[in-house]
Amino acid sequence: MKKLSVDHLLGIKYLNEDDIHLIFETADHFKEVINRPIKKVPSLRDITIANLFFENSTRTKLSFELAEKRLSADVINFSASQSSVSKGETLIDTVNNILAMKVDVVVMRHPNPGAALFLSQNVDACIINAGDGTHEHPSQALLDAYSIKEKLGDLKGKRIAIVGDILHSRVALSNIFALKMLGAEVKLCGPKSLIPRHIQSLGVSVSTDLMETLKWCDAVNMLRVQNERMDLNYFPTTREYAQLYGLNLKKLERIKKEIVILHPGPINRGVEITSDVADSKNAIILDQVENGVAIRMAVIYLLVAKLNIPQV
Amino acid sequence: MSPKVLLSSKKIDIILNRLACQLIEKHPDFSQVVLVGLQPRGIFLLDRLVNLLERDYAKGKVISGKLDITFFRDDFRRFDKTLAASSSEMEVTIEGKSVVIIDDVLFTGRSIRAALTALDNYGRPLDVQLLVLIDRRFSRHLPIQPDFIGAQVDALEGDKVRVQWKDDKHDDIVYIEKK
Repeated sequence: MKKLSVDHLLGIKYLNEDDIHLIFETADHFKEVINRPIKKVPSLRDITIANLFFENSTRTKLSFELAEKRLSADVINFSASQSSVSKGETLIDTVNNILAMKVDVVVMRHPNPGAALFLSQNVDACIINAGDGTHEHPSQALLDAYSIKEKLGDLKGKRIAIVGDILHSRVALSNIFALKMLGAEVKLCGPKSLIPRHIQSLGVSVSTDLMETLKWCDAVNMLRVQNERMDLNYFPTTREYAQLYGLNLKKLERIKKEIVILHPGPINRGVEITSDVADSKNAIILDQVENGVAIRMAVIYLLVAKLNIPQV
Repeated sequence: MSPKVLLSSKKIDIILNRLACQLIEKHPDFSQVVLVGLQPRGIFLLDRLVNLLERDYAKGKVISGKLDITFFRDDFRRFDKTLAASSSEMEVTIEGKSVVIIDDVLFTGRSIRAALTALDNYGRPLDVQLLVLIDRRFSRHLPIQPDFIGAQVDALEGDKVRVQWKDDKHDDIVYIEKK
């Protein structure tokens, strides 16, 4: 049986294509498990997992927690707002204190890019990155690619567009790495101010014209405008953004073909996507959420498989 | 050492027919029976038995399922290899039915224990029986014994008993690899 080439899930860029296929295959089996009447398997009954969320999250946190519980792991949760972090404790101290309680796996979201990598180098536990600032969000990219693959088949040669706030999006960066690795063509679309300079060096094309991008693609991933990360005005008004880069039914009708629509959530309805599109049959937003649990079960299972029990 | 043949294709054929007859003897009403093959290797035996029962013994549509027990095994993380899953195809309910678990080789009994746990997820069966092609005697780690046995074999701990099912290139054969 194949193994993952990594001991932590820090970002897609540390994985290889075989790893991604292995995660997808394993997720297929877990998807079958979570659709049974009894949705639980006992594989991780001797494992304890800490979910450390130094930044707000609903979907990712619930999804990870559910995945851990479906694998029978013990779960402890931690959010920065109610902790000693506000008293000035450092990240390594916080995590080491939690590890002293015999935790095997740490799932962490942190506002600083590289926080997960830093932790993996400094503490002795398996680290899963659940989003580090504007850097990477690997489990989201895996579930996005998995969901597209479920709809369109093999991603080789498929055209995927990522639209919106690329500059502040960890989802975009992880998605680019994952989709490119699986052989898809990727186009980014958004206002110039929200597309990082030199992003073309990752092998993607860039457009500022949403209609042209929609006509080109087989699937489009609509990203949220991350107002909370914006230190200055990147576009004149939300209304103008919605007109130029928001996805609505009229624009979809004009391209005269069916495309798959993704959104990593949370949705700003009426800004990047209108309600009628978000609730339409081509939108796989809720499939993404279901697949998220299966993908996270697969990632945790495969990483824990590498933590051999020491021979006594 | 080269592999030693335990059962030839002809013997296996006789055994399969006998097992099918024993199943029918034990279960006069076959509509209340669910045959469950264990992934990955028990399903070949399942397919052959279902084929026999439906074709040669005219038992109508035999209810069967394929069960993967990977996530229920007790040796996860105990060995250097990751446990690879296969797919479960259990489109059946086992509530109130007689379940016959089918696997090719019974050795320590740990797979069967995992299968019993995995079966819990599909309902409460009336009873559960075990059918195996090869019973490696005196090697059980758990108090588990088969109800239907193809053949009994005595083999040393490190030996490997392999079942090769008929395909384009090979005939059915059971052989033993000495360590």
